[in-house]
Amino acid sequence: MAGIGDLFRQEIRVINLGLEAFALTLEQLGVPVIHVAWSPPAGGDPRKAALLAALADEEEE
Amino acid sequence: MSIKSANQQALGRLVEAQPVLADCLPAEQAMGLTGRTVLHAGPPLAWERACATMQAAVLCAVRYEGWAPDDAMALNLVLRGEVRLGPCHHMRAVGPMTGIITASMPVFVVENRAQGNRAHVTINEGLGKVLRFGANDESVVERLRWLAREAGPVLGAAIRASGGIDLRALMAQAVRMGDEMHQRNVAASSLLARTLMGQLTRARADTQAIARVADFIGGNDQFFLNLAMAVGKACTDPCLGIEDSTMVVAMARNGTDFGIRVAGLGDRWFTAPVEMPQGLYFPGFGAEDANPDMGDSAIVETVGLGAFAMAASPAVVRFVGVGGMQEATRATEEMAEICLGEHPHFRIPALDERGTPVGIDIRKVVETGITPLINTGIAGKTPGVGQIGAGVARAPLSCFEQALEAFGSRRQSTRGYGG
Repeated sequence: MAGIGDLFRQEIRVINLGLEAFALTLEQLGVPVIHVAWSPPAGGDPRKAALLAALADEEEE
Repeated sequence: MSIKSANQQALGRLVEAQPVLADCLPAEQAMGLTGRTVLHAGPPLAWERACATMQAAVLCAVRYEGWAPDDAMALNLVLRGEVRLGPCHHMRAVGPMTGIITASMPVFVVENRAQGNRAHVTINEGLGKVLRFGANDESVVERLRWLAREAGPVLGAAIRASGGIDLRALMAQAVRMGDEMHQRNVAASSLLARTLMGQLTRARADTQAIARVADFIGGNDQFFLNLAMAVGKACTDPCLGIEDSTMVVAMARNGTDFGIRVAGLGDRWFTAPVEMPQGLYFPGFGAEDANPDMGDSAIVETVGLGAFAMAASPAVVRFVGVGGMQEATRATEEMAEICLGEHPHFRIPALDERGTPVGIDIRKVVETGITPLINTGIAGKTPGVGQIGAGVARAPLSCFEQALEAFGSRRQSTRGYGG
């Protein structure tokens, strides 16, 4: 845990996943940020996510 | 077959289709559309659920065919079941907006020479008061009669004389010239006119008739839209029935419902209430005047054009309410997230020659929650008004969720899933 203090004493560069509001706030503060538009599969519906997993493409050998 | 292999087969069949404009003939002759039948856009629709704009167009078509002298008597025929309604899609055809086709209307015949199937579509009527937007006065009927009496036969003779016009090559060139082929068809219409010019003069018709037809084509920037739609239908129909494929083969709206069909799920429609388009309105009109989205024209998005090719069409982005080129590029990139691949023939110069995204996968739509974006004209909700604007609409997520459930159930019962 000693390193966490060091983290904020150096330049912070952020990859933000999901909620864009966090990225926008950091941008306003001048923090370099890359936003990744990500959301849970099927909007987080576990039944649909299971169905999608069952119907996923198999990896080619 | 694995879903992946089935989808590769379906996508290959779609993008390697060879659509050729082969003829223009009355629907009765070309499609076997007989009797008192009115075809309409979208999934099946009962008369009482049809919006006022669709109803007005159906009654106008009944008058045009001479089955009834006025709307009241036309309505009686419909209510008594003496005029039947049916989707264009069920008769190897597509229609823009209301999508009306009856027996005597001339239709273009597009032949897919890779698979041997045919698709049909009416001649685009032009702008202003037209049947496809629900306009229904005598000027609309008179134009329809001229199309049947003069334009259809002249165009048919010219097309036959040409031996067939390669539409895939023409469309690939038009995409490079800035058409996305839903809201913008200037390049494709011009290329077609150039191709037809010599053949029109060789057609067996008097020079005044040729001049009228040439003026009609030249005066309508959207003339090619209907052909782009028939190409979409000709390319997607052979994919219907590839059992293990999750690729969408039709998206269509009837002003009440939005419907999709999926390659692996046969003729079945998956429907949900259609959404309102968002866009720009002609002066004097606003969102409160708009009819819910309608037309079979979303078949062009199904084959990787329209909103899917938005980045190819800088001239149209403002017209359809999209902010600018950056937003148009984002729209195309977003659609790529729900597609199986890129079109090998429809390439976008502004995106480093990448192909347009094509082959919507119902799994990707449900997984991402990204629904297909559709460029569309906006019809007035009051019968007789016609077009009042243009914009974009989204396909309802529910259609894709229902289709995925059905696909999962069928696959589980036949083989216990497996990719």
